[in-house]
Amino acid sequence: MSTFVLLTITGLGLAALYFLVASGLSLIFGLMDVLNFAHGAFLTLGGYAAWVVVDATGSFTLGVLVSMAFCALLAAVMEITLLRRLYGSHVPQVLLTVGILLAVTALVRSAFGSDARKLTTPHWMNQVTEVFGAPVPNNRFLIIAVALGVYAGMSAFLARTRYGLVIRAGVENRAMVTALGIDVRRSFTLVFAFGGALAALAGAFTGAINNVVSPGQGTELLIFAFIVVIIGGLGSFRGCALAAVLVGLLQQYANFYGLVGAGDLIVVLLLAGVLLVRPQGLLGRATA
Amino acid sequence: MNDTSRNGTSTNGTGTNGTGTKIDELMTRVRPQAMSGPGPARGRRPLLIVAVIVLAASLPRLRIEIPFLFDGGFNSPGVLHLLSLMFVMATVAITYDLLFGYTGLLSFGHGLYVALGMYTTAIVLAETELGLAGVLAWTVVAGVVLPLVLSAICLRVGGIAFAMATLAFAQAGAIFVVRDPMDVTGGELGLALAYDHLPDSLVGVVNAPNRYWMALGLLVVTAAALRWALASRPGKVWQAIRDNENRVAVLGLRPYTYKLMACVLASFFATLAGMAYALISGGAHAEVTDATFTLGLLVMVVLGGTGRPYGALIGGLVYTYLDHRLGELSTGLGGPLSEPMFVLGTIFVVLVLFLPGGLASLTVPARLTRKKGAA
Repeated sequence: MSTFVLLTITGLGLAALYFLVASGLSLIFGLMDVLNFAHGAFLTLGGYAAWVVVDATGSFTLGVLVSMAFCALLAAVMEITLLRRLYGSHVPQVLLTVGILLAVTALVRSAFGSDARKLTTPHWMNQVTEVFGAPVPNNRFLIIAVALGVYAGMSAFLARTRYGLVIRAGVENRAMVTALGIDVRRSFTLVFAFGGALAALAGAFTGAINNVVSPGQGTELLIFAFIVVIIGGLGSFRGCALAAVLVGLLQQYANFYGLVGAGDLIVVLLLAGVLLVRPQGLLGRATA
Repeated sequence: MNDTSRNGTSTNGTGTNGTGTKIDELMTRVRPQAMSGPGPARGRRPLLIVAVIVLAASLPRLRIEIPFLFDGGFNSPGVLHLLSLMFVMATVAITYDLLFGYTGLLSFGHGLYVALGMYTTAIVLAETELGLAGVLAWTVVAGVVLPLVLSAICLRVGGIAFAMATLAFAQAGAIFVVRDPMDVTGGELGLALAYDHLPDSLVGVVNAPNRYWMALGLLVVTAAALRWALASRPGKVWQAIRDNENRVAVLGLRPYTYKLMACVLASFFATLAGMAYALISGGAHAEVTDATFTLGLLVMVVLGGTGRPYGALIGGLVYTYLDHRLGELSTGLGGPLSEPMFVLGTIFVVLVLFLPGGLASLTVPARLTRKKGAA
């Protein structure tokens, strides 16, 4: 029983991480049709930015905030200077973000070395709390709380504000929104900066959970985030949350009860199944 | 299910007259320039190609040295090893261009088939007594079956979702190799070749020329096979799918079947290249299963120029050369410049923004470029 509780909570922690990465990807894809590989670059950069600040000041909170601001700014700059030139041509945009991912990962590797760096987190985050006899590290509770907060905040933003309205309408039918005289491009920059900040948050928390940041962490996490995005349905914010929980839990259970690596393989099989039965994803709209 | 009449005979390229005229009609409608355009000059080309192949084949016997670019003469094992790797990667790049450049399929899982060839080779040598013949047989079987099954699933979705689905399967392959649940792949360390099961002529530093000729032969055969396939009727349908898939479907051909053919053909040759890669580099390496490897293929193809004759070939050669030599060439510069992926990634971004046609577009005279590209 206590093992099951532990697996469930750590699985939810993993789901929270996937959600933070995938929600940004999904929104960017839904609104702009860009499959954003550079998201992986922000995951890595976010982790390292947090590491630099924590190393200098000792404050994890400050590290997370600075790294989010840094990546949001960088993402906005990238959108304005590079991606904006290529609107309308999807494949070159994907290629551009692939190039950014490769270059940034190599840059981080040359600046900080290939070895992982230890990220110091507050003492209480690494202590455990007993839940039904299961010792759960506190950082899992923290990331679940953060993800729930982001989910609530994003839902409120999308549902209640004018910008949220424009973004939702843009995901639904971009041409129509433009025809109504609303400059969707301004919200492109906003969504991109949002995605960058969420990626940085996820990058910093990946560091906190693993206790280290490494140059390869972005690429690794990015692939599972892609899987979550397809299973949830491209562009669907709620589908993304649902798929993240499904994938996170399934992965934890299978990794513990099954063979070595079974959890990761089962996730891919789940993806294959979803593609066969429901190609548009769990909550995605059927494409015309 | 109910479309046997329109699909029955068209898959092997030697279909009945009815299918043939249909495809011709399709081509004139979808891509008029493909039927009437001047195309690359044909006259002097074959002679030039033969001359280049003969020159490449005689390199191991020549004592020419190009200082700075290669550290040693062309007959030295180190240089031959580098050239062999360049040829293998160029082979993989042209198979990838068949998918991406000619059929318009953005796959992020092509590296999986290179890994399949590598690991099949290493595992068959390690676990059985079958030797080189067994390796070849198993590679051919694996190189047809796995691409057929996986592509059949991935092609159920199109566009970006296809890209992600292929990425996911490649990731499954990477997990299988690195976690090694069946205890055959050697995990992260990879698997060295069991040399005692190989013919002596492929083993050792002395026989570097033999491996070089094998890589060159594979490149020539693959390039010829793919050129032939692209000139055949299905090849024209692939290019029509790239240009306008809906139109192909409207004209009564099933894009799915043709895309599946392109995937299987490209993946089959990529698997063979994986076998050659394993024989040249002395084993199977887990890095090949990494997503970065497939992204590297994408860089190669775009670097050279997508969907152009010789584009991917040039891209594969240049990329592999830079990847291996940049570290040495840039000593003294230091910093990020000694990271090959930083330089290549940056070049890639610049190319995507400013030279979408790649390196090959620099050499083709302006009058031959397609109107769309010139505008």
